[in-house]
Formats: sequence, structure tokens, C-alpha cells
Amino acid sequence: MESNAHIRVNNLNVFYGKDHALKDISVEIPNKKITVIIGPSGCGKTTLLKSFNRLLDPTDNVKVTGEVFVDGENIYDPNIEVTHIRKKMGLLSQKPYPLPMSIYDNIAYGPRLHGEKNKKKLDRIVEHFLKTASLWEEVKNKLSAPASRLSVGQQQRLCLARGLAVGPEIILGDEPTSALDPKSSQHIEKRFLELKQHYTIVIVTHILRQTKRLADYVLFLYMGRLIEHGPAQEVLENPKQEMTREYIQGIIS
Amino acid sequence: MSEESLGVQRRRLFWDRASEKLLYLLVISSGLIVLLIAATLYFRSRPVLQMQPLRSLLFSLDWHPSRGSFGFLPFIAGTLWVTCVAMALAIPVCLLTSIYIAEYAPKKFREWINPLIDILAGIPSVVYGIWGVLVIVPFIKEWLAPLFHVSSTGYCVLAGGMVLAVMVFPFIIHLSTEILKAVPQELRDASLALGATKWQTIKNVVMRRAMPGIVAAIVLGISRALGETIAVMMVVGNVARLPKSLFDPAYPLPALIANNYGEMMSIPLYDSALLFASFILLLVVLYFNVVSRMILSGSKWSSYYYG
Repeated sequence: MESNAHIRVNNLNVFYGKDHALKDISVEIPNKKITVIIGPSGCGKTTLLKSFNRLLDPTDNVKVTGEVFVDGENIYDPNIEVTHIRKKMGLLSQKPYPLPMSIYDNIAYGPRLHGEKNKKKLDRIVEHFLKTASLWEEVKNKLSAPASRLSVGQQQRLCLARGLAVGPEIILGDEPTSALDPKSSQHIEKRFLELKQHYTIVIVTHILRQTKRLADYVLFLYMGRLIEHGPAQEVLENPKQEMTREYIQGIIS
Repeated sequence: MSEESLGVQRRRLFWDRASEKLLYLLVISSGLIVLLIAATLYFRSRPVLQMQPLRSLLFSLDWHPSRGSFGFLPFIAGTLWVTCVAMALAIPVCLLTSIYIAEYAPKKFREWINPLIDILAGIPSVVYGIWGVLVIVPFIKEWLAPLFHVSSTGYCVLAGGMVLAVMVFPFIIHLSTEILKAVPQELRDASLALGATKWQTIKNVVMRRAMPGIVAAIVLGISRALGETIAVMMVVGNVARLPKSLFDPAYPLPALIANNYGEMMSIPLYDSALLFASFILLLVVLYFNVVSRMILSGSKWSSYYYG
């Protein structure tokens, strides 16, 4: 089975203690597209997303079986070194969590971790990615101010820039606009549509309209099972499964 | 509404209002006790303050109560020495311990180590003193001092500092563990997702975010250490001289007060001098408490971290 997908999931099962959170998930995430994971709350959307960069590890009592291949490497192989996997993915969480340091240091944090010490290069990286996240104009005169002073919308764009600065190929977003006002959400959505030229993007959302605006590919999860997946138009307009249809029409939630 | 139920109603409302006032009074009066103690100490130490200028009281080495000279420097220095040694020993151990408990320890381990540390806080201080006399003092006399080619009785600054360090462990460990656990997991995830290792995340993100709280925990530990009396008194030697090394005896303020109050009251002004010593101690502890409170409740510094 030859595949060049960045992310390929094979028979993934996740347990939280006795709770079987994800059941036999097998799917390929298409490259350089926006894949949106939808489903009612508690169906395992976030768990699936976090399994892609092993962010389930810090959770107490979690057990994972099956395989997730990132660029052909099984990241659940016990011999794998996890930091280089995580470096391949930028993460946006539900609420932005700026690191407790200045705006500049937030962006420079990742590159510094991976050994970049040259001040000029760091300056360039910071400017470049703040521009990519369209935050540069708003913060260029206060780069040394604490990041926590930015508005929530600005913080989320800062987190986007921070994630991009380590040079990932993949962007993961866990309901990345749920804490934002409509204007800031729009801002983030626009960035995603630009970024999909260069990045593979996976987003979890419970907003159907957002799915329609962004998705190229849709996964529908229900009670830990992958019910249906396929190109956005097919899944959203002509779902094969009864359950998907009901969810999209708002009967189950 | 009948006459009777109107009465019941009135009584209910009366007690409702009265209970609030009563509780308020109780709270105020316990707060007032601090002021009351401070005022008593101040007024009772006035005779010695009138006799000798404040500067010489605080900075003179001359302690000869029978000749009427009260220089508190040896005692103030003794207090500072012992407290500094205790904190120098306690801070690294406590921080690393709480990092392990909060960040690495599996839940099971946490469940049995926490009560154990709690017990440490509950041991009476005289027991620590005896343990110090039986273990720490001989250890210093027979092993540590010869290692540095000094002779020491073992009753010294270091012994006091070591006993005191163990006594503040539970307070600092407990508080800083709670503070570390209060750092949101998402913040750790954000750092891990950028490819940071766990240790890099703890060092650069978790500790940084928790720093104001940890400083407050340490300051609280200091203010406890400053006032600890019995255990320190039992191992520190109690010689009213300026200690020159860790192996010299010292005489901290609380020990001075506890040893002499009620004993040598025939000497004029002695009683006033001891109350002045208590007053200094109270002010220092109050100062550290206020500092830790300011750090915890959003001073300029913590706003940098919390926004």
C-alpha cells in the first residue's frame, strides 16, 4: 500500500481508562487541503486530532493501539523520538495560550529550541511569520511587550505564527475559533484558506457553516467511530450514511 | 398573615441580620489581635528605646544587660544566618521535589507521597529539635566539621539551618506543587507541540508562569523559618556572638526571648529589651507576609505573566 499522505491512520483505538474513546479509525488525510473533523461533542474529535502529534501522552491512564503514520513513520512505535514528530505540526488550541514571555520570544521560542541562535535570523523569522499570520502591522512596535497583553484574537494569530515558525508541514486546529469574536474568526479562517497552498490543515469544529466555508475533505465521527469521510461536497450535500445526514440536518447533535 | 407567624417572621429576619453582624465582629476582632500584640510590644519596649538610640540597639555587638548595654546585632545576625542557611538548603530541594510531584509523578505515587509530606508538617517542633540533637549535631561534629578541618561542637548555625530546612520542606513543597499544578495543561501542550522536550517545557514555560507563586511560597517559608523557636534553640548553641562561619554557634532572636523571658527580670530594662526583640521579629515576619501577598495578588511583576 503505497501512499504519500502526510498523515495516515491505521486501526487506531484510544482508551481513557475503561472508556473506549476512538474505535478502529483508519483514514488518510489528504495533503495540502483543509480536512475538517465534525461530529457531536464528546465523539472523539479532539482525541483524534491530538493523536496525530502524540499530545495524548500527558493524559493520565490513556492507552493507544494501532498506528498513525506521519511521513511514513509510525509515531506510536515505542522507539520513536517524539519531538521531531511534533515539530512537523503546528497546533492551535480552542483558547489561545501565549507562552509567558514577550511577543518576540513567543515566535522565537520554537526556532531557539531547535538550535537557532543567530539574532538576525531570528529577527527575520519573527517578522516573516507575524506577517504570514497578518499580525505584524499591529505588533511591530511592541515586540517586547508581554504576549498576554494582546487581545484574544491577536493571541490566536500569534499562536498561529508561533506554530508556523518551527517549519511544520501540517497545521492542527482544535476548534481554533471557538473563543474568538466573529471578526477575529474570519481573520483566522482567511489565513487557513491562504495557508492550504503550502500546508496540510486539519481542523476540528462543531460549526457546520465553518465546515462549509473551509473544508475540502470531511471526517464525520460519532461515538468514537468514523462514520463517513470523503470530499467535502459529497459528505455535506450527499451523505451516504443516514447518521451523517441527520447530523448535518441538525437532528442529532 | 396571622399575628403569630408575623412574630416568627420578625425573629427570623432579626437573626439573619444579627448573625452577619456577629460574624463580622468576630473576624474584625481576630484581625485586631495582630494590632493589639504589635501595640503591646511597642509600648513595652519603649523604655529601652528611650535609653539607647535605635541605631545602637540594632547595630551594636555589645550585649551586656547587667551593664545596661543591649546590642542586638549578634541575635539579628544569628536569625539571618540560620534562616539563610535553611533557605539555601530548602529551596533547591523543595523546587525539584515539587517539580517531580507535579510534572512527572504517576497518580499513584502522588497519592501516597503527599500525605507523607503532610505528616512532616504535623510533627511537633520539639521532636525536630531532639532529632537534631541526636543526629545532626553529632553528624556535624564528627563528620562534616573535620572534613573542612574545623573543630565544632556541632551546635552551630549549620545544625540550626539543617533542622529548619527540614521543617519548612512541607510548606514550600505543598504550595509550589499546587502552584505548578495550576498551570494550564494547554500551555504545556503548546510548548510540546513546538517540539520542546518535557524538561524544556518545564524550565521555560511552566516554571516561568509559576514563578510569582513560587516566590510567594518561598517567602512564606522564610517567614515560618524566622519565627521557629524550640527546634532551632536546641541545636544552634545559643552564644551571643557574631557567627563567623557555618560551624560557629549562633543565638537567634526567638531563642533569646524564649530562653530569658521570665528568668532574669531583676536586671533593669531586660524585660523591655526582650519585648523589643519580639517587636523586631514581628515586624520582620509581617514584612515578609506582606511581600508574599503582594507578589501573589497581581503586582506589576505578576501582571507580566498573567496579563
